Amino acid sequence: MAHDVVDQDRVLASDWGGGRSPFAVGWPKLMMWVFLVSDTLTFAGLLAGYGALRLSLGRWPVQAEIFNLYLVGAMTFILICSSATMAVAVSAAKRGDRGRVVPYLLLTALGGVLFLSGQAYEWTKFIHEGARLYGNPWGVPQFSATFFIITGFHGGHVSVGVLYLLATAARWALRRIQPESVEIAGLYWHFVDLVWVFIFTLLYLI
Amino acid sequence: MEHGAEQLTHTAHPGGYRIYGVVWFWLLVITLLELGIVLVHVPRALLIGSLLVLALMKAALIIAYFMHLRYERLSLVYAVVTPMFFLAIVLFAFIGPDALSVFSRR
Repeated sequence: MAHDVVDQDRVLASDWGGGRSPFAVGWPKLMMWVFLVSDTLTFAGLLAGYGALRLSLGRWPVQAEIFNLYLVGAMTFILICSSATMAVAVSAAKRGDRGRVVPYLLLTALGGVLFLSGQAYEWTKFIHEGARLYGNPWGVPQFSATFFIITGFHGGHVSVGVLYLLATAARWALRRIQPESVEIAGLYWHFVDLVWVFIFTLLYLI
Repeated sequence: MEHGAEQLTHTAHPGGYRIYGVVWFWLLVITLLELGIVLVHVPRALLIGSLLVLALMKAALIIAYFMHLRYERLSLVYAVVTPMFFLAIVLFAFIGPDALSVFSRR
């Protein structure tokens, strides 16, 4: 019995005793992490479905002959650069380097817009060549279906991200938000970059 | 737990913005390596294996430094990373056998 009381005291005194975050972050940031984990499940489901389809079909068009790998490489480069500028913006907000935040946020949003332009160009070209959601000239309908759904879902995330960044920049300029909000926007943006790492590898390169 | 309490006072990078430049540089290097491996022709299994390893390296760099997870308390790190392992196991367990069964049927 005495043991239980001692244990209870120890638990209550620890980080899990209540009254403070055991994760040592504020709830908005924790919720963004939880959202990102759940979004990972969505993308993982899509990519796993793609992998299963491709394995079970056994044949697949040669992507390098259909997609322009240099364009996709450039888009990847832009997204990585925008992630780096985002990291600088977050770091500047947290260390009180106020003037640097908005320019770097806008630079990040510009990277997102450039990426989306590249994707719009790629989709247009792909559709002109005859690719549709339900079929394409290369004989494997699942090829264009998975391409449109997965890159479209990612592109949707980028579009939302650009709006999110612009809103964050405006609210920071108006001094309506704390550095933590910039950091949370950063988490989302880095996640979009992170997903692209896998889409780039699995859809274009392998 | 003493360790965690220390990290409560946010760990600032001593090097300023430099770390982001370094991570950016390595992400670019890995991306170029990926493109390079695709352009020179290597055996398919080697290609897939090395591309997956490189992608995971990029993911680790982004999560650890850009998303700052390296500097967070371990309880948050576990809360984020552990579900990924379960996810991988569940996806392989449920989808893998179906996808791979065609090899025995073909």
